Amino acid sequence: MSGFARHRRSRRVIATFTGFEADLLRSLASQMVELLRNERAEPAAATTDPFERMMAEFSGPTTIPEDPVLARLFPTAYPDDPDAAADFRRFTEGTLRDGKAAAAGTIIDTLEDAGLPPELTEDGLVIDVELEEGEAETWMRAFTDIRLALATRLGVEEGDEDYWLSLPDEDPRAQAHDIYDWVGLLQESLIEALSR
Amino acid sequence: MSAASPVEVEPTLTPDEITFLAKPWVTIVWDDPVNLMSYVTYVFRKYFGYDKAKAEKLMMEVHTDGKSAVSTGTREEMERDVQAMHEYGLWATMEKAS
Repeated sequence: MSGFARHRRSRRVIATFTGFEADLLRSLASQMVELLRNERAEPAAATTDPFERMMAEFSGPTTIPEDPVLARLFPTAYPDDPDAAADFRRFTEGTLRDGKAAAAGTIIDTLEDAGLPPELTEDGLVIDVELEEGEAETWMRAFTDIRLALATRLGVEEGDEDYWLSLPDEDPRAQAHDIYDWVGLLQESLIEALSR
Repeated sequence: MSAASPVEVEPTLTPDEITFLAKPWVTIVWDDPVNLMSYVTYVFRKYFGYDKAKAEKLMMEVHTDGKSAVSTGTREEMERDVQAMHEYGLWATMEKAS
């Protein structure tokens, strides 16, 4: 994997993926879209007050999502003020969800526009992507969300690299952690390309 | 209803400190084991428009102290900043400046 680079003349951010890599990125991005769309924010599940429920359904959720990945993606803005935190969530979580789902969707669309078929069947497929600066930043944000999701599911902690290396190769958690590391390398090269 | 109490203004306070305006708020970004140092620096430069040195200093504060106050302003401004940080996947909260 060579990662992203900046094309000197067009200033576009470019990368070449194998069919397998492109298919993997699409799968991760699709899971993100699904997570954001399906695990709908439960509108004020905690309240039984019909008026409050109705208001919440009109606007947005007020309580922290149950899924730990969503809880990490949409943190509590006011740790010491539950009322202000609920208001903040009501007014921001829906927008943030839509933005993150759209960002993941951009990855899927770009890869498919670049020739990734719905089902990967042929060997030796190569997918070249060329991103304008804005698109590249969208990919960068979507990579963050994907990495946060993988890390939360795996329970990644500061300085735990040795633990992951010690797992046997066939351990599915080790494989998922390899993917997490891979997306991290991709993101690092994307940031470097954008900073040029 | 209330009545005015015969209190004296604390003589050690300067007029600047006696204010009826809302206290400024701060946006705090917290350390997490996932986000790359280069990414956090990039976000601080891009969103806040900080120069490289300031963005890196704040990023290192997050990394070594576990958190950093990255912006100051009115409550509304800080809500915008916190929302933007969440959009970027950074773990941000807000509080009244102490």
